[in-house]
Amino acid sequence: MNTEALATAPPAVRLEGITKRFPGVVANHDIRITVEPGTVHAIVGENGAGKSTLMKILYGMQKPDEGTISVNGEERSFRTPSDAIAAGIGMVHQHFMLADNFTVLENIVLGAEPTTVGFLDTAGARRRIQELASSHGLHVDPDRLVEDLGVGDRQRVEILKVLYRGARILILDEPTAVLVPQEVEELFQNLRELKAGGLTVIFISHKLDEVLSIADAITVIRRGTTVASADPREVTARQLAELMVGSELPTPETRESTVTDTVELRASGLTMEAEGFRPAPKDVPAAEYADRLRREGRRLLLDDVSFEIHRGEILGIAGVEGNGQSELIEALMGIRPVHGQIVLGGEDISGWTTLRRREAGIGYIPEDRHRQGLLLEASLWENRVLGHQTMKPARKGPWIDRRAARADTARIIEEYDVRTPGVDTLALALSGGNQQKLIVGREMSGEPRFLIAAHPTRGVDVGAQAAIWDHLRNARAAGLAVLLISADLDELIGLSDTLRVLYRGRFVARLDPSDVTPERLGGYMTGAIAGTEET
Amino acid sequence: MPAGLYRALLTVAGAMAAIVLAVAISSVAISAAGASPQAAFAALFNFGETERAVVNGITTMINRAVPLFIAGLAVAVGFRMNLFNIGVEGQYRIAAICAAYVGTLFTAPAPIQILVIIVVAAAVGGLYALIPALMKVGRGVNEVISTIMLNYIAINLAAFLVRGPFTGVREKGQLTTSTPPLPESAWFPNLNVLFEMFGLPAPRGGGLWGFLVVAILLGLGVWVLLERTRFGFEVKASGLNASAALASGVNPKKMVISAMVLSGAIAGLIGLPEILGDKHNFGSNFTPGLGFLGIAVALLGRNKPAGIAVAALLFGFLDRAQGPLQFANVPPSVIAIMQGTIVLLVVVANEITSRMALRREERRAAQHLGTNTPVEVKA
Repeated sequence: MNTEALATAPPAVRLEGITKRFPGVVANHDIRITVEPGTVHAIVGENGAGKSTLMKILYGMQKPDEGTISVNGEERSFRTPSDAIAAGIGMVHQHFMLADNFTVLENIVLGAEPTTVGFLDTAGARRRIQELASSHGLHVDPDRLVEDLGVGDRQRVEILKVLYRGARILILDEPTAVLVPQEVEELFQNLRELKAGGLTVIFISHKLDEVLSIADAITVIRRGTTVASADPREVTARQLAELMVGSELPTPETRESTVTDTVELRASGLTMEAEGFRPAPKDVPAAEYADRLRREGRRLLLDDVSFEIHRGEILGIAGVEGNGQSELIEALMGIRPVHGQIVLGGEDISGWTTLRRREAGIGYIPEDRHRQGLLLEASLWENRVLGHQTMKPARKGPWIDRRAARADTARIIEEYDVRTPGVDTLALALSGGNQQKLIVGREMSGEPRFLIAAHPTRGVDVGAQAAIWDHLRNARAAGLAVLLISADLDELIGLSDTLRVLYRGRFVARLDPSDVTPERLGGYMTGAIAGTEET
Repeated sequence: MPAGLYRALLTVAGAMAAIVLAVAISSVAISAAGASPQAAFAALFNFGETERAVVNGITTMINRAVPLFIAGLAVAVGFRMNLFNIGVEGQYRIAAICAAYVGTLFTAPAPIQILVIIVVAAAVGGLYALIPALMKVGRGVNEVISTIMLNYIAINLAAFLVRGPFTGVREKGQLTTSTPPLPESAWFPNLNVLFEMFGLPAPRGGGLWGFLVVAILLGLGVWVLLERTRFGFEVKASGLNASAALASGVNPKKMVISAMVLSGAIAGLIGLPEILGDKHNFGSNFTPGLGFLGIAVALLGRNKPAGIAVAALLFGFLDRAQGPLQFANVPPSVIAIMQGTIVLLVVVANEITSRMALRREERRAAQHLGTNTPVEVKA
């Protein structure tokens, strides 16, 4: 864009000092962003850096505690998304919000149906959609059913839907996460046309190479605040990664190695299809079946994932979210069926239920503690029992041993410094960090042999983070095998004995944490450095 | 004050406020119906002049409350894990006729005879509830829809059985058909002795149903099962957070089946107080609708046995007033209006009080954060 011509125009969006607090956590702190009109402005940051909260604030889904939002030079206060839409801001969500059994046209007008004397004005709607589509190069047949469309087309429908409501500023939340490379190129072409048409695009991503190729300006968010503005012509992916990850945080360094020779957990050839699990035919070995799936061109969420974890070892898995981490965890926990073999301490546990795996000594710190880790409306001691309901001290025959469970909860509160009025407090009254410490304490009790720690310090304050790192290190020294999955690269590099990179369901690199930089790791994670397992 | 006690007190206070409000709303309805609210509420508390009338009133109330209590328990077991067993209605009717019929096929000493009838009723109810459970687990059929459909089948099947295969001899001049009468060994002894202990006259009719004792034991059993056992914990966990339960090794399919069958088995007992204590057969005038009322009773009692007992007694108390209300020239349908408003308002009150309790706990937990000593950040 010609900057001189725009010099007088007010910025499309200007955020000043936006701060948003949740109980115990500051999600956004003093965010300052200026988005010039007619540009593609990228906002980059790690998972959990506060990008989504920021976008929710901008789209009126949440109200900031402090700070101002101005749109086209006018200060605005949004209470609902309708207010944001009225101000010309539209949001394209990462997960499409389309009705499958409606046509494209019906989906676009849904909620903003044009009427003539009470009847749906289909002809008018079609005309308007075709106008929008041709002027922005967004070609979709308005009469096709959405269920017949591919992912790229669905995204175009989402964009059209937003444009149809008169948006001049589009927020795209990780739009490329679901696309294959060719579709990404098409999307970028569309975005360039939108830009040429004078629209403003706010593009949220953590895929740095994509950001560099499409954005006119970049803002980096780390730990809930804006840390830098960058010009994509002058910055490299490595520098951006450095800005994203930062380096002023306490680094979680493991001191001497405690890795033993005993293999605690061995996974071989884990393969998972995207379209649901079908058991392999009896006479076909798992590896061969996986090969066949690959040859047939099925989308695989996990593709021949094999690894070993020794006693006293932390295996770190790096990867951008959505590259198979959740699937790997669910396969190891027995929540989701998978092809391949899992051996724990010499025993084949591939066919075991989740309960049996837990009883055999697998601990699990889930990536989303509210979804998988806690009963929010239950007391802390009941949360202590969760996952251990068949084990000592929580169980006594068919009974729940309430006294022992309470006593053990009190022990966790003491040892793990959980700040709470007592064991009868409901879990949801606690702050995120304290909830997480309770979970860590719970999963460490009962002498686990293998621990899955998924984002163990996500959304917790710095103090709790250091405490959780200490607990992980101590457990490792005591011989625990740990699978660590994290988006915090410092955490991964600092804690892990071995690092593997998961990209599109495959291990693409095995790295030594003692001589890897976050930038290089980031390169493998985003596919910027093509890697094979042998690296 | 401990968090648990505070929550309990708040709940009771909320329920009381809801009932007072419901009385006010009902007064408006009564006035609209052209009657005097004072007369109506006087009739509500008027158990009669004579001792005998008072005893009869109390007996009617408790006899009504016993099946409602069992129905509430049955519904609550499902509700606890977000399973909406709307099929209690069908389950208890089909169980009642099967048990009433099986009871006529043999004669054994009373304890055995009664025990067999109870077991048959529970088994039939449980098996009938197994159908929607299997449909849900196997094919993901929503249990609300399947149980509603199975209600129609059960109700009509019961109606067919009582006229066809299971029918007894109809006495001359009787309009209703029924199963053959149960032998006397299947008659559950009544509890009129309780009144006699206080020197009061025995109530008329079947008296105070002895099944009350079974219901109390059942309530205790359900409480112990839900609050103290591993099974109860898994039910609670599944209800509060299904994905956390799954990740914790709770098998969701097993839980759906066991909770549904347990709910159905309890539902199977709903008809027994009436059959064993009073009618001694299953007839075409068998009390309907208890399963649906059980949903309201469970909601009112917050799915807890003690709460359900209170709710069932409240419903029994209101239902008892049908007669006195008619004498006071108040349309008895006022009772249904009151029951409806009470349930609605209590649900609203529950929501409000639980939010209040929550905010208080959040404040208390935040205070603990306030007394925070800075954590040393170690590398």
